[in-house]
Formats: sequence, structure tokens, C-alpha cells
Amino acid sequence: MNMMDGTHKKRIALTGGAAAAEALKQIEPDVMAVYPITPQTTIIETFAKFKADGEVVTEVIEVESEHSAISACVGSSAAGARTATATSSQGLALMNEILYIASGMRLPILMVVSARALSAPINIHGDHSDVMGARDTGWIQIFSENSQEIYDNTIIGMKLAEKTKLPVMAIMDGFNTSHCVENLEILSKNQVQKFLGEFSPEKYLLDIEHPVTFGPLALQNSYFEFKVQQEEAMEKAGREYLKIAKEFEKLSGRKKDFFEAYRTEDAEEIIVLAGSTAGTAKDVVDRMRQSGKKVGLLKISLFRPFPLREILSALKNAKNIAVMERAISSGTYPPIYNDIVNGLYQAGETKKVHSLIYSLGGRDIFAKDIEKVFEDLKTEKISKEIKYIGV
Amino acid sequence: MNKDLAKNFASGHSACAGCAFPTIVRTILGESPDPVVISNATGCLEVTSTLYPYTAWKVPFIHSAFENASATISGVERAHKALSKKGKVPKKIKFVVFAGDGGTYDIGLQSLSGALERGHDFVYVVYDNGGYMNTGNQRSSATPYAANTETTPVGKESFGKVEMRKNLMEIVAAHHIKYAAQANVAYLSDLKKKARKAFETEGPAFLSVFSPCTNNWKFPTSQYVAISKLATETNFWPLFEIEDGKYKVNWATENPKPVEEFLKTQGRFKHLFSEKNKPVLDEVKKIVKDEWQRLVDKTE
Repeated sequence: MNMMDGTHKKRIALTGGAAAAEALKQIEPDVMAVYPITPQTTIIETFAKFKADGEVVTEVIEVESEHSAISACVGSSAAGARTATATSSQGLALMNEILYIASGMRLPILMVVSARALSAPINIHGDHSDVMGARDTGWIQIFSENSQEIYDNTIIGMKLAEKTKLPVMAIMDGFNTSHCVENLEILSKNQVQKFLGEFSPEKYLLDIEHPVTFGPLALQNSYFEFKVQQEEAMEKAGREYLKIAKEFEKLSGRKKDFFEAYRTEDAEEIIVLAGSTAGTAKDVVDRMRQSGKKVGLLKISLFRPFPLREILSALKNAKNIAVMERAISSGTYPPIYNDIVNGLYQAGETKKVHSLIYSLGGRDIFAKDIEKVFEDLKTEKISKEIKYIGV
Repeated sequence: MNKDLAKNFASGHSACAGCAFPTIVRTILGESPDPVVISNATGCLEVTSTLYPYTAWKVPFIHSAFENASATISGVERAHKALSKKGKVPKKIKFVVFAGDGGTYDIGLQSLSGALERGHDFVYVVYDNGGYMNTGNQRSSATPYAANTETTPVGKESFGKVEMRKNLMEIVAAHHIKYAAQANVAYLSDLKKKARKAFETEGPAFLSVFSPCTNNWKFPTSQYVAISKLATETNFWPLFEIEDGKYKVNWATENPKPVEEFLKTQGRFKHLFSEKNKPVLDEVKKIVKDEWQRLVDKTE
């Protein structure tokens, strides 16, 4: 554990926001375009202080909106610079138009998201409405449970973006994670830099000798091919993610995978969810296991691309499944439920899957709520209707 | 075509015959002492120059969306700052935005304002044809009073657009930028001089260039230079500069031509010459006269 050889491990206590800022400091992007919004702001404030103290040389652009933040990122990334930003909620919604442009131009931008509810009515607290609204924008999306995971996923995300030429969102739960102080282990800057390597894009704007046109007009005879190629890249991104995650696992000693299957092996009832509630759910699983109940948790990490085959395989021994989500997909079932049911159908499976929505706008979810979900699965109190917990 | 003229922006693009922006683009880029990188807002210039798999751009070019050309160039310019410090890219590069008036006066105004306020080192060029011409002639806030457009159509109860043009030059100047100028495609040596000054300016510089639209102003393709010249000779489109906040008029005459001489060349003002619309025509003349006086007063 020598500080000098760059292989030391350091334990510190940080909020999720500060952990993401720490990861960004160690990544030290060439350019970061930033705009404040709760609960993301702590990330850019912490990073601004790093810059002010001379700890990073990153060019920080304090833009006048999130729309301009992501637009500046598009310019910067196309210019050939390692590029990152961060946002939440309305900010992500305002970026929406340019999210498609970033992925369509195949630009490896990293964005940390402190996921938050969407207006109206306005609410600054956590849920997944913002990131779920961006699930079809062509961005890779990785959910995190806690400070440790957002730190890890920020670093993994940067490398994954550059490897796949697709933009990446590293997501944590607003407030639940972004503002909660937790212990985590960090790498050294050296280790992070070595893990990432140099960013050297094939084609970039500042390569004056080899001029390229980014963002042309493509009509009926070519647009479709662009989109299919982009989707092929997204399909391959799952394998790339696993490769990079395993490489990170070796470096950090922390287990990384598409998802975390917590005591699912022989579980008859499994809850599927993403984000910070996994912590409480694991606690519930442990307690119920002590009284002999065969329950388990599947915590989604990589959400886009959706690792369907692997998830189905982890669910194969379950009798009944509940999918708990912090987002509504208005007029139909919420996103993760839809993905899983679709997969089960394709696999010819007839498991019962219950859709539950919880904790919109930061409403508390308690261990007893999760226990009740498991109990209902056990007694087959499963309806086709979406259930809203605590409403 | 003259090879030197087409060294940045090639022939073979699909802009209309009689469109002004190819001349504007070539003239301005021809004055850059260094290599250039272009950010282009969605619009006629972008769609006619980048039809995949072709491009008219012989220089690095990016088009992202309609309203964000300034934010995009902000990212490119700062990326250059970061990468040139690391010795990865040439030290001297000029950054240029081209956008129409819709992408500048209206939907792109916030992005432009942000980039001007942050002081990025770039030249912003608006080719001003007074409306959304790429989508077929809808009014913008740069559309002149009384112009006939598809969204301010002339009818029994309408004489065209009821509002005056937005005074963009004053808005731009309010950002304390070192150089802003209004130019005209019919005055190429003036445009060249202004482009040179803009490129020499450290920080943001702004050029507003008069750019007639043959399709939607409704005039013969051979006439774009003649009409542009009349715009300045009638004081409809004065040539001026704002350097360090000081106004300077670059072309003036004791006896400006009557505004009607400019208006009557274009279908979009045809309705102003009816008996009924005489008061509207008078109002157009008054606006041009008052705006000219306001400009002159600023030079004192």
C-alpha cells in the first residue's frame, strides 16, 4: 500500500455527489461543461473547487443552460477532447434533443446524473423519471446503488464511452445517494489514468489536415443505415461493458457485473429494482432468509443496453417476480417491467410478474414495504394492475 | 470555378442560384489568417452544403442543431484550448459560426448570448435574409415590418408583419464585445475588411451580413447584388461597425435613394404599393428614417 507506486487504496467518507466529483477529478477530462441544478450541483461545485485549487487542468465551461451544456459537450467531444458533464431532472429533459445528436454523432461523452423527479408539480427529490425519459436516446445507462458505485461507474462509464463511441450516463439516485455520506474506497489518480488510457479518436474537428463534416443531412437513402449501425454499436456495448467492468473489478477488488444477483440462486421470490433502494432490499432479504424464506434481489446496473439474456438466466429459478420502479411510463407499464416481461415471453416462460411503482418525488420506502412485496409474491397476491406503494 | 475562391467552400453545393450565402461564406473565410473550424446552425446553408455522402466543406465542420451553434463552438474552442496546451493540435485555429437570422435572432439567441458573455474566441456570422427561408418563408424577429410571409400573410385584414425588426446589433453590443459590424454582400471590400477585423479580434466578434433570398423575397436570381446595393443606398441596411462600444457608419450619402426603390424590387413588399396600404408604406419609410437617425446619433 505504497502511495508512490499508485496502487494504494484509500477509504474515505463522501456523499454520492462528492464521490462522482472525485472520480471526475481523477479522470480529469479535457473539457467539462456545467450548469447548476439540484441535486446535481454538488458535483460541479466540488469540481469547480478542484479547478480553483489547481488540482485539475480541465477547461470548465460555465454555460447558460443544460441545453448549452450538452451542446458544448458535443462540440468539445467532436473536437477530440475527453468530455464530461452532469445534470438532473429538468436539466436532462432540456438536453433531450441534443442527447440524440450526441449518440447519433457517436460522441463518447460521459454524463453523471443525480436522478430526480420531473415537474409538474415541481419536486427536487429523487426518482427515475428523468433517466427513464431518456432511455431511448441512444445513451448507455448505468445505475448505481451508493457512493461507491457512482464513483466506480463514473470511471467505467468514461472508458466505456470511448471504447464504444457511444455516450454514457452514470446514474445515482438524487438525494438518497447524491447527498448521503457513505464510506467508499477510491483508487489513485494514477490507477484511473492508466485504466482509461489516452483518448485518441480516429476523426475529430481539430485534425485540420483531415477535415471532416460532422452532422450532415442524411435523407431516405442513408438515414436508416446510420441508425441501424448505431443500434449495432449499442448491441455490442453490453459485451464491452462487461469486459471493462471486469477489468475494473481486477483493479479495485470490487465485484462488477451487468447486475447484482443477491441471494437469487435458489430464490423463489425475486424483486428486481435499480438504484439506492437495493441497500434496504438486501437488508430485507437477509432478515427474511434468517426465517427461512427463499427470497432474493436482482439489482439492475447496466440498463441500456438491457442485458436480457443474463437477467433471464438469473431469474430462471424464481416462481414469482416483482419489478419495483421509481418511474411511470404513462399509459403503459413502467420500463424495466416491460423489458423483463418481454424477455420472459420470448423465452416461453410463464412466471408471474408484478409491477410496482414506489418513491416518486423522493417519498420514503421502508423495509416493511419491501417485505410486504415479498409476502405478496409468496401468497401470489399478484395482479396485472400496477401497484403504487404508499399512496 | 476559381480554385482559390473555393478552397474552403467548394462548388457543387445545392444552394439556389442567386443565393447570397456562398459568396458571404467564401469572402469571410478567405480573410482568415489561420485554419478555420466551422459550426453551422440548422438552415439553408447546412442542408445545401452537407447532403450525405457529399460535403461542400473543405474545412472541419460541425452541424449539431438549430439553436446551439454558439454553444457548440464554445465546446470546440475550449477543447482547442485544452488540447493545444498538451501540444496535440495546432496552436492557431479560428472558430466561426454561420447561422441564419432564425438561428440567431430567435431560437439561437440564448446560446449566442451565453457564448458572447463567456468571451469565447470566435467569429459569429449571421446571414440575414429576414425569415425562416429553409422552411418556406415564415416570419422571424428579423423580418422587416410589413413584409409578406407565410405566417404573416397579406389579406383583407392584414398588411403582413406588424412588428419592427429586432435590433440585434444593440443586443450583441450590450455584451461588451470588442467588435461587431453590419455588412452587406454587395459591398465585398467592406465585408472583407470587417471579416479581417473580426478574425483579428481576441474574444468574440460578430458580423451581421445582408443576404437576400431569391425564392422568398421573390426576385429574379440575377438581382441579388443589385437589391443588396439598394438596401444600403436607401438606408434600409446601413453599413456600420461597433468597435469597443463606439459606433462608426461606413457608408453614407447626403441623398439616400427613396426606400420604395428597394421595396419595389421584391414580391414580399408588392402589396405596399396599393392605395389602401399607403399608410403602411409611409410607416416603413418612417421606420427606416428613424432607425438611420438613431444610428447616426450613436456615432456622435
